[in-house]
Formats: sequence, C-alpha cells, structure tokens
Amino acid sequence: MRRLYWTLAALLSHWRRHPLQLFSVLAGLWLATSLWAGVQALNSQARDSYARASQLLGGAERYSLVARDGGWFAQQHFIELRRAGWPVSPLLQGRLRLHGQGEQRLQLIGIEPLTLPAGGALAGQPFERLELTAFLGRPGRSWIAAETLAELGLQAGAQPLSASGQRLPPLTVWPQLAPGVLLVDIGVAQRLLDAPGQVSRLLLPAAFARAAPPLPAALAAQLVLQRGDEGADLAQLTDSFHLNLSALGLLAFVVGLFIVHAAIGLALEQRRVLLRNLRTCGVSLRGLLVALVMELGALALLAGVAGLLSGYAVAAWLLPDVAASLRSLYGAEVAGRLSLAPHWWLGGLLVCLLGALLAGAGSLLRAARLPLLALAQPEAWQQAQARWLRRQGWLAALLGGVALFALLFGDSLALGFVLLAALLLGAALALPVGLNLLLEAWLPHCRTPLAQWFVADSRQQLPGLALALMALLLALAANIGVGSMTAGFRQTFSGWLDQRLAAELYLMPVDASQAAAIEAWLAGQPQVRALLPSWRVELQLQGWPAQLTGIRAQAHYREHWPLLSASAQAWQRLQRQQGLMLSEQLARRLDLQLGERLRLPTPSGAWELEVLGIYADYGNPRGHLLVEAAGLQRHWPGLAPRSFSLRLPAAEVPALIQALQEEFALDDSRVIDQAALKAWSGRVFERTFAATAALNSLTLGVAALALLISLLTLGQTRLSQLAPLWALGVGRTRLAWLSLGQTLLLAVLTLLLALPLGLLLAWCLVAVINVQAFGWRLPLQVFPGQLLQLFGLALLATLLAAAWPLWQLGRSTPAALLRSFADER
Amino acid sequence: MLKVQGLCKSYATPQGALPVLRGIDLELATGQSLALMGESGSGKSTLLHLVAGLDRADAGRIEVDGRVLGDLHEGQLAAWRRGGIGLVFQQFNLIASLRVADNLALQARLAGRHDPHWQAELVERLGLAALLGRYPEQLSVGQQQRVALGRALAVRPPLLLADEPTGSLDERSAAEVLTLLLELLAGSSTSLLMVTHSASLAARLQRCLCLQGGRLLETA
Repeated sequence: MRRLYWTLAALLSHWRRHPLQLFSVLAGLWLATSLWAGVQALNSQARDSYARASQLLGGAERYSLVARDGGWFAQQHFIELRRAGWPVSPLLQGRLRLHGQGEQRLQLIGIEPLTLPAGGALAGQPFERLELTAFLGRPGRSWIAAETLAELGLQAGAQPLSASGQRLPPLTVWPQLAPGVLLVDIGVAQRLLDAPGQVSRLLLPAAFARAAPPLPAALAAQLVLQRGDEGADLAQLTDSFHLNLSALGLLAFVVGLFIVHAAIGLALEQRRVLLRNLRTCGVSLRGLLVALVMELGALALLAGVAGLLSGYAVAAWLLPDVAASLRSLYGAEVAGRLSLAPHWWLGGLLVCLLGALLAGAGSLLRAARLPLLALAQPEAWQQAQARWLRRQGWLAALLGGVALFALLFGDSLALGFVLLAALLLGAALALPVGLNLLLEAWLPHCRTPLAQWFVADSRQQLPGLALALMALLLALAANIGVGSMTAGFRQTFSGWLDQRLAAELYLMPVDASQAAAIEAWLAGQPQVRALLPSWRVELQLQGWPAQLTGIRAQAHYREHWPLLSASAQAWQRLQRQQGLMLSEQLARRLDLQLGERLRLPTPSGAWELEVLGIYADYGNPRGHLLVEAAGLQRHWPGLAPRSFSLRLPAAEVPALIQALQEEFALDDSRVIDQAALKAWSGRVFERTFAATAALNSLTLGVAALALLISLLTLGQTRLSQLAPLWALGVGRTRLAWLSLGQTLLLAVLTLLLALPLGLLLAWCLVAVINVQAFGWRLPLQVFPGQLLQLFGLALLATLLAAAWPLWQLGRSTPAALLRSFADER
Repeated sequence: MLKVQGLCKSYATPQGALPVLRGIDLELATGQSLALMGESGSGKSTLLHLVAGLDRADAGRIEVDGRVLGDLHEGQLAAWRRGGIGLVFQQFNLIASLRVADNLALQARLAGRHDPHWQAELVERLGLAALLGRYPEQLSVGQQQRVALGRALAVRPPLLLADEPTGSLDERSAAEVLTLLLELLAGSSTSLLMVTHSASLAARLQRCLCLQGGRLLETA
C-alpha cells in the first residue's frame, strides 16, 4: 500500500504540473458521460412509462372486446354479454383537458371495479387492494401518478374542473400508475367525456378468452376479441425512435472519448521519463500498471459523477420535447419529470469507467509493452508517424469493407447502424492519412523556405491534432447528415401535408347515430361543396397494427392523395373494388410490390385484393390501407363513418364550425379545421426533431472543445518548434499568424472532407436508416445555405479554439523562446 | 558483495546478433569502489544495467550478497532496485513534476526506508537546503546532479551504480561532485561501481577496469 501510495503520488504530480491535460481528460469524460447518460435517462424514463402503461390493467396478457371500427360502443352490449354469461368488465378511455392546464390532455380511464377480472392487477397492485368504498362512493376518487400530479401543479385531494366545466372526484395518488393517466369510476368517465352509455372496450379474463368462445350472433358483427398490451405495443412502436436517440448519444460519447484518448496518450508520452524513473526506483511493472489503472479510474469516477449530474440536467431539458414527440407520434405518455432508478446512476458510472479504460487502453498497453530501458527514449517522429498512419490506413480500409458489406447485404436496422458506425469511424481514421498525403503532395510545390516550413510543420502537427480533427470531422458529418435529412424531411413533409390536407374541415362524430345525423345535416348546407366520409377498421397484419380505411374514391382523392407508385388506372380500379392501396411503411414491412395480392382478415373470411398503389404516410407508426368504402361495408356490415372531410370556401369555415358545435355539441377535438391541423402537424414535426437538433449542436460543441484542448496542449510544445524560426528573424506576431494559418488549413481541409462524408451520411439516413426504422424513404436533398452556415460556424469554432494558444504565443517573451533552446540540451 | 561470472549479452541487429559482453568476470567487495572505463559502445552501460536488474543477461551469473539476480522474477528485481541499489545517470532522470524534496525522498519512500534525519543530513552535505521547494527544471545542471546523488543515497543502498554521473558537467564541477560522493560514501559499507570516460576521475577510485572487445581488463 505504501509503494502504491507513493507511486500514485508521483503519477498524480504530473497533473499538478499539467492542469490543462487534466482538464482535457476530465472534460472529455465528463462530456462523453453527460450526453450519453442524458440520452439514456430519456430512454429509461420512456421505457419505465411504457412498462407502467403495460401494468395498468393486468400486465402482458390482456384480452378485451372492442368495436370493429375501434370507436366507442353502447354499454348495452356489456349488459347483453353479462346476461349471456360472459365475465366482461367495461372500460371507457378518452382524452380529457383540465381547466387552466392549456393544451395538455390527460388520458382518462373509467373502470367498473366490481366486475374486473379476478386475480388481476391495477398498475402492479392487486385489484383486491382497491379501496372500493371510497372509489365508488361520493365524491369518488381520481387516481393519478405522483409525477403527473406534480406536473399539473396540483395537490392530492384537489378537485379540478375539466375544460367543459365538470368537476373531477378528489385526486388521489396511486403508486406506479402510468404517467398522464387519470383513473376513475366508469360512470364518472362517461360524465367527464360526455359519453353517456358508451364504453371503449370490455375486459375479459385471460383464461376465459383463451378458450375463444363464439360471440353471440347479434354482437359478432360489431365486436371483435383483441389481445393486446398497450405498453408492449408502445415499446415496439417507439423502438426506432429510442434507437435513433441512442445512436446520437453514442456518437457524442465516441467524440468525447476521442478527447480522452488524445489527452491520456499525450500524458503518457510526457510521462515516459517519470515511468522509467519509477521503474528504476523499484516499482514493478504490475505495480505501475495498477497505479495507472487506479489513476484512470479515479479520474473516470470524478468526471463520471459530474457527467451524470449534467446528463440529468440535459435530459430534464430535453424531456418536454421528447415527451411531446412521443405523445404526438405514438400516443405514448411519458412522465414529464425525471425520476431515475439507482441502476441508471450506477450504469452511467460503469459506462464512464469502461469508456475511460477503452480510451486509455492503448496507452496502458504501450506502457506495459515498452521495455524498461526504452521507456525514456522517444521514438523518432517520422518512424512513429509512418507506422501510425499505416495502421490507421489499414483499419480505415477494413471499416470501409465492413460498411460496404452492411450496405450490400444489410436488411435490418442493426446492420444499418453498423453501416453508419463503420462509415463514420472508417472516414475518421482515414482523415489523418488523407491529410498527410495531401500535405506530402503539396510540399514539393512550395517555393519559399517559409512556405516549405509552413506545410512541413503542418504535417508534423498532424499526430497531435489528428484526434481533434477526427472529432471535428465526425461532428460536422453528423451535422450535415442529420441537418440535410431533417431539412429534406421538413420540405417533403410540408409538401405532402399540403396535398393530403386539402379538405377545409375534418369532423369526427362520437358514434354511429351522430355520424348519421351529421351526414344528414350537412347535406342541407349549401356551402359544403363536397362531403367525404371515411370508415375505419383496426387490423393486425402479420402482427403489425394497421388501419383499414374505406373511402368513396372520388376525384378529390385522385387530385389530393399523392402516390409514390401506382398501377395504371389505380384510382378507377380502386373505385371498382379491384384492389387496395397501402402506405409505404406497411408495403415494406409486408414486402409487397405493385400487382401483388394481400389477404385481409374480415369477419366473413379472408378478403384478397391486388396492390394498386403505394403512398407516403409520414409520421404514422401504424400501417395504413385504403379501399373503396362499399367493399369495406360489405365485409364489415353495420360500420358507421369515423370521420368526414369537408370541402367548402375557407371563409365559411368558422361559421360552419360554430353551427356544428351548437347543433351536435362537438368539442374542439372533434372539429378540426385545416389550418389548425397543419399548425399542429408542424409543431409535432419541430418538437420531434428538437432533441435531435440539440444533441447535434452539443456534439459539434464537444468537437470544438476537443480542438481547443488539442491546440492548447500542442501550444505547450510549439515553442521549441517555433523558436528556431524566431531566432532566424521571423517576428512573434508573424509566427502567430502563420500558426493560425496552419490550424485553419487543417480545419478547412477537414471541412472539405466532411462535406462528401456528411452527404453520404444523409443518404444512409434517408435511404437506409429511415427505411429500416420507420419504413419510409425520403428523397436526398442538399441545402447549400445550410451547409454554408455550418461551415461558417465550424470556422468560427476553429478560430475561437485557436485564439487563446495564439494569443499566448504572440505574447511569449524572448526569454521563453530562449529557454526552449536551453531545454534541448 | 558483488560477484559476476561469465556474463554474456548480445543485441539483435538487422545484421544478426551483436555481442557486447563476452564472458565478464568481476568481483566487488563491500565498501569498495570500482571505476569501469572503455570506449563508447564497449558495453559499460550494458554491464551496469544488468547489475541493476534493468535488463537480463544471455548467459552468466550475477550474485549480490548471496542472491543470484537471474533467479529473481520481475517483482523481486523491482524490490532489489528499490532497496538494494542506488542509481545515478548522466541525464539525472529526476521527476519533472516533483519538487526537489519529493525527488530526494522518492526511492526511500518506495522502499519504506525514508529517514528524515538522514535526508536532512544529505540535504545539508549536498548543499540543497535552499532548493527543496524548486522543480528540477529550475535548477542548474550541477544542482540537478546533486539531487540525483541524494536520491540514490537516501535509501542507504549496499551498492551504488553510477553511469557517467559527471558526464554533463565541466571538469571542475565533475571533480567537486565526485569529491562529494566519495565523502558521503567514506566510512559507509556502500560499494560503488561507476562508469566513466575520465581517467582522472577513475584514478580516484580504489580499482579501475577497462572493457574492451566485450572483455574486462584490469588497469593499473
């Protein structure tokens, strides 16, 4: 222990004399952990919410009877089924806005506890533990998760009003309830949702449902048995979203580790003499390695704790955007306040320790392998440089091969990410090799001695700056790639939305009778030029949730429903019920091409149709199919329209909305005008990419910091290289400008190489990752303005990073320059 | 104290093995001082490194106080270096990030033999009292060499190995450093094996050997 203590003391004394290197290692580890832990915190929070949603009513295996069109249905069916001996329990689910809570909507679930399947659980607690008297009595209870209560800024026991002025039963905290959920008695839910006598589903005990008894004939056409687990469905649907977040977090982690690797490598080089001294003074190799690992571990722990704390802050900052994206895209409720389990903190520290070991492994290995007598003999620069570049070149070529393999034979998201990782890492490793070749080729063309020195010295700076330049290349390429993809998506999405949302008004009736009444009423409105009803059925196709929509294939759809690919006379044939159209993501998932046939399960047997067209359906995680309404109604008799699209002069829209709301008591969520829908879609889009943009900017910031740290550490050794020029008559200011020119030269060359890499990355994202993750492919678009802006930012970051070391150089005293000669003795 | 028998060492080169030591026999008694001379590349430093346990011999035997270095494993060799020898190099090899006081005490602390009284005496006799708070880069070459001597002697080693300890000094400073060294060793049981190019310095030690063609020749 004594020896270890003194060995560690000697090793740590290095950092006291080189605080900048210590800062580099700590900053690298801190940033890497921070961004990685932040992303993991977001994922962990979301997954915890899905798990709680899954546990809400009984866990993984849940059976229920739902309406074939997915809407509410009459409570009378519940009574009929109970009379027929079915142990069903009614449930009503809907969205509820509270008075004074803005646009935030809660998921209101109404249950009937007396008939809930025996042995089941509610949010992880057995049903038997429900305080029935309080729940069913007056004023009842509104169960809510603690964090949702805190998010709303309300206290337990409060009785807030709904947006429509109805008072809720007292809010009571129920442990483990999913976030964003309010659980009440079904009678209360019917009152709050203005759905008297309506239910969403009828829950069934698993044992009863597994026996699959036939439904009474009168109900078979209206209800269907569904096995589902909301949480598991959400986890499946949101998987790609979280994977993309993880990929960005991992990129930031890798960039951070680059800094650590560079700083630790430099520290080892500078400590060769120290290591030799310790060995000659009797410290064994094992003792030395143990001390080095302990030192690294201590640094990792220190930086890890700081990284976790700031990661928590990053996650808390991004959580509202991520939660809003998940809610809008997938209907997934994620708690708006972070609460992380101890394993997240421990896992984060472990990742930081492993990252530090990974980043320092090369240096430790070098320290372990170097023979004792060679420790203090620095290798000749050229020799070391050549060997280093050769190795990197081979590794880059190998990674290029892996990327090519993944591109040619990849058919999964995982291989898509292998392609991205291999491409980015391969390009980063090839960067110093490429820069060295470029500078080597340039050198013979230099006419003046100063120009020769300029290029040759830039080449010599490469090993010291390589890792920072590699980090800059990765961050820039990621920015170009993700930026192009996002901007391209925005343009495509907005054009697509303009085409698809051509109707001026959209209506969603509460039930079939209201649908009929609305249709009749609208027929008498002269300002309505066209009334386009649509019918909907929820399906499972090869295990994937899909919506089958029936339309009357009028000219409106031909004009406003853009198709990515279509057979000849597609719309006419759809109208003649000769086929169907489907969304791009569903076509890819089912591996269907135009002209192929798809069998749809219906209550009256399989319905086989030819694929006539494929259309984009951006942002919809579920599959979507389009058929002629008459065919749909033939296979699902008794279906009522789920929505109406109305064409009318824009100026008439507000008056019609008012008239509809007065006539049918429709709330805002059931009457939506085009402008509001477009604005909402735009907001969803922006929030979806807000977290991506923030992580991207942070990664660029980390790369700029890497460059600053590398320049600062190099600055300490630059004096001895610049002193001979100063002695030969080149002024200090001129030397400072020349040094700035060298840094800018290397940065600009990196920027130029980042451009094709970024565009390649953008292509991989739109043509490989998006297709595998979401099922849609986007056209690759280049935005020169965006690229110029990014280049400007990167140059500014480089200038800022170079400013401090250059300022120091410009101010260096003749004595400091002279000392560099003395040090060479 | 030190007994070397039939010691051989060669280095691998692109042209094949290059023999440096071809069967060296050497004995050094307790408290005795011995100078090792020879041309550059004759193997003086190699012999010193082998005795210090920094390198392994191809053949032959090095025995120190009954211990055969060839039989020791890495950890035991490290322990031998900690407490069995003091090493002084031409380049001093001080630790740049440690102050003079910590450099002086380093080896003794690692060996668990730190004696503040002995260190204080060494500081006094080496004239380092005013320099204890400085870093090596803030010292002159002569001062650095005195710190290196102090560090090697702080552990009271049975054997002091010095590889051209005055090689970086001018003639007068070299003579002063050697005088200081011999004064510090006088009356102690520490043996001294010193590699030097200087015949005048070598003459001040009790014995002098010359390495030539990989073999040792006794000089007058």
